[in-house]
Amino acid sequence: MKNKKIVLIYSGFERFWHWAQAGLILFLAFTGFEIHSSYSFLGFRDAIRYHNIAAYLLIVLIVFAVFWHLTTGEWRQYIPTSRNIVAQLEYYVFGIFRNAPHPTKKTALIKLNPLQKLTYFGLKVFLLPATLISGLLYMFYRHPGAGTIESLTIRSLGSIAIAHTICAFALAAFLITHLYLITTGETVTANLKAMLTGFEELEEEEGGRNSGSGRHA
Amino acid sequence: MKNTIIIIASLCLLFAISIGVLSNKDIEPGTLTRLKAKYSQKHVPSADHTKFTALQKKFTSPRQVTEACIGCHNKRHEEVMRSAHWNWEKEEYIEGRGVVYLGKKNAINNFCISTPGNEKSCAKCHIGYGMDSKGTEFSDRGSVDCLVCHDNSETYTKAPDKGGAPLGTLDLNLIAQSVGKPKRTNCGVCHFFGGGGNNVKHGDLEKALFEPDRDLDVHMASAGQNLQCVDCHKTEKHNISGKMYSLSSMNQNRSTCEQCHTAAPHADTVLNEHTVKVACQTCHIPAYAKANATKMYWDWSTAGKLKNGKPYAEEDSMGNHSYMSIKGSFVWKKNVKPDYIWFNGTASHYLSGDKVDDKAGPLVLNPLHGSYADENSKIIPVKIHVANQPYDPENKILIQPRLFSENKGEGAFWKDFNWVSAARAGMKAIGLPFSGKVSFIKTEMYWPLNHMVAPKESSVKCSECHIREGGRLAGLNDFYMPGRDYSRTAEFLGKWLLLLSLLGVLAHGAGRIISRRKRITGENK
Repeated sequence: MKNKKIVLIYSGFERFWHWAQAGLILFLAFTGFEIHSSYSFLGFRDAIRYHNIAAYLLIVLIVFAVFWHLTTGEWRQYIPTSRNIVAQLEYYVFGIFRNAPHPTKKTALIKLNPLQKLTYFGLKVFLLPATLISGLLYMFYRHPGAGTIESLTIRSLGSIAIAHTICAFALAAFLITHLYLITTGETVTANLKAMLTGFEELEEEEGGRNSGSGRHA
Repeated sequence: MKNTIIIIASLCLLFAISIGVLSNKDIEPGTLTRLKAKYSQKHVPSADHTKFTALQKKFTSPRQVTEACIGCHNKRHEEVMRSAHWNWEKEEYIEGRGVVYLGKKNAINNFCISTPGNEKSCAKCHIGYGMDSKGTEFSDRGSVDCLVCHDNSETYTKAPDKGGAPLGTLDLNLIAQSVGKPKRTNCGVCHFFGGGGNNVKHGDLEKALFEPDRDLDVHMASAGQNLQCVDCHKTEKHNISGKMYSLSSMNQNRSTCEQCHTAAPHADTVLNEHTVKVACQTCHIPAYAKANATKMYWDWSTAGKLKNGKPYAEEDSMGNHSYMSIKGSFVWKKNVKPDYIWFNGTASHYLSGDKVDDKAGPLVLNPLHGSYADENSKIIPVKIHVANQPYDPENKILIQPRLFSENKGEGAFWKDFNWVSAARAGMKAIGLPFSGKVSFIKTEMYWPLNHMVAPKESSVKCSECHIREGGRLAGLNDFYMPGRDYSRTAEFLGKWLLLLSLLGVLAHGAGRIISRRKRITGENK
């Protein structure tokens, strides 16, 4: 038997950031699709008002998160790698149905498997910035005639709005798969528990070191 | 842990601040309070006209009153005689045709069509006493009708078909001694009844505005601010601000909401952003003809039917004329939702003698200019009045028939009921050709709506425009409107992406459950 240890894998801020972001994105999606007239719940005007407030909160949160990632060096977790990527893919397509072991080991130093690295890299470097930028342009779009900043005059809101809508659909699709993949940890609830409590039972690495943050439970 | 608490606390604080900043305050209160205080002050006249000896001697004709007025106000008549109200025309610049002199004198509408030849009748609404077809009145100062605008006794009444002269039965001394600032009654006697009856033309100007309640008009409500016309239609030297694009072309001397309410009247920045492209009227006049119906359609082609050789009239369920032998058939509507167009404050006009392209659909007599991309354009509400009016199919010009005369046999349609002779007499008076053939053509006129401003709680709601189908602005499609517009492609791809993601995870999950069951049963064996 390999040694198992309960390890702090997600620090307090990381968990707070994750859940705050999750909540805000869910709320933004809910109000956003109402603005898109996909359904009517809060009313158009309140949907816009709350959507804008949540957007500002998300921006603040992202600023904090970027600062945290840079100062703690955690940003390195998201550098994509091709190592084991095929094995990880094979695991999701075949291995998982045969109760095969996870091809990559989760440690506090390497929290993400290669597919996660790639997905989150894409999310953080492309999708979220694209959503944010199109959202800010949407918010600060000025109609012809308002022209406060002439060089930024865009002739139509259409392109901005459609880009923002596409981002929203992509984020919603991410959310669906993300919610499902939570259940693919060591046990069905292991990943969820880890993100809630910060702790996860992990196999000890060779040499007995298994602590990024240096804290053992 | 400490850090986490600080971060959470600061985020909570930020949330509270943003809620405070963006919360639901509709109107910036400062401006409204200031305006209410300003317009609550009662106007105190600087002179009591009952005391003037010049107004004590017995007046036997209205011209004597005019001379008495000029006796003290010895330059005012010159101001009046320079005004469009007097001259029935003013200098206008129309893009593509240059400077034209346009006014009731020569304009063509799709109601009673035009004034030339019909002056005796039309001049009931001229501020003079003796209009005729020769136009000698325009240089006659004694003919200036001071009283129709300045009578505050509410007894002054013009006689029908007398070229603008008042009834002979009036107490001119009482009227002359009552004069003061014009009230809604002074303006309303003409402007509420344009086109030959109450609310025929505008739709938002009618007799209910003499004593309106707050729901009908938030500004003029008699129990409220009780604003008079001239409170907004500010007047300098008898030049009254404000214009109607049935007769105007230029974006000048207008009377606007912003002049009192500023360009950013809401506390909500999203609503203020709307004011760049949406006129105040668009949201704040949700409906017009709220008290009495307005004429929406006028079909001249059915005019002239007689019963026992006599003209007759029929009424609709609301008591409005649905047919008159002298004018044709009408459709009236009450509580009408406006149409919406882009408007930059300039218009062009069908002018007397212009050739018509009769294959191009309805002829718009006063096209209002504007588009989303035009920096000066805003969305405004309009009443569109449609008519079927006489047209010379050979010369391809609109016919301006002679309608009124005092005697039969002069060609006037209202006496002889003959289109050809009415057209011949009318066109001859103007000096335009007439082929001898009369047909009818569909025309439209656009009447911008500016009155019957609703209380704020009745203004148009966001979702009346920001809605996928059937919104108020469904007809304006040269821009992207959130909540209405979307990309079909993005929508299609997005929905399939979501559906496939959902199906993917469900299939994958089901696979896992099935394989696990198999494993467990296999192990048990």
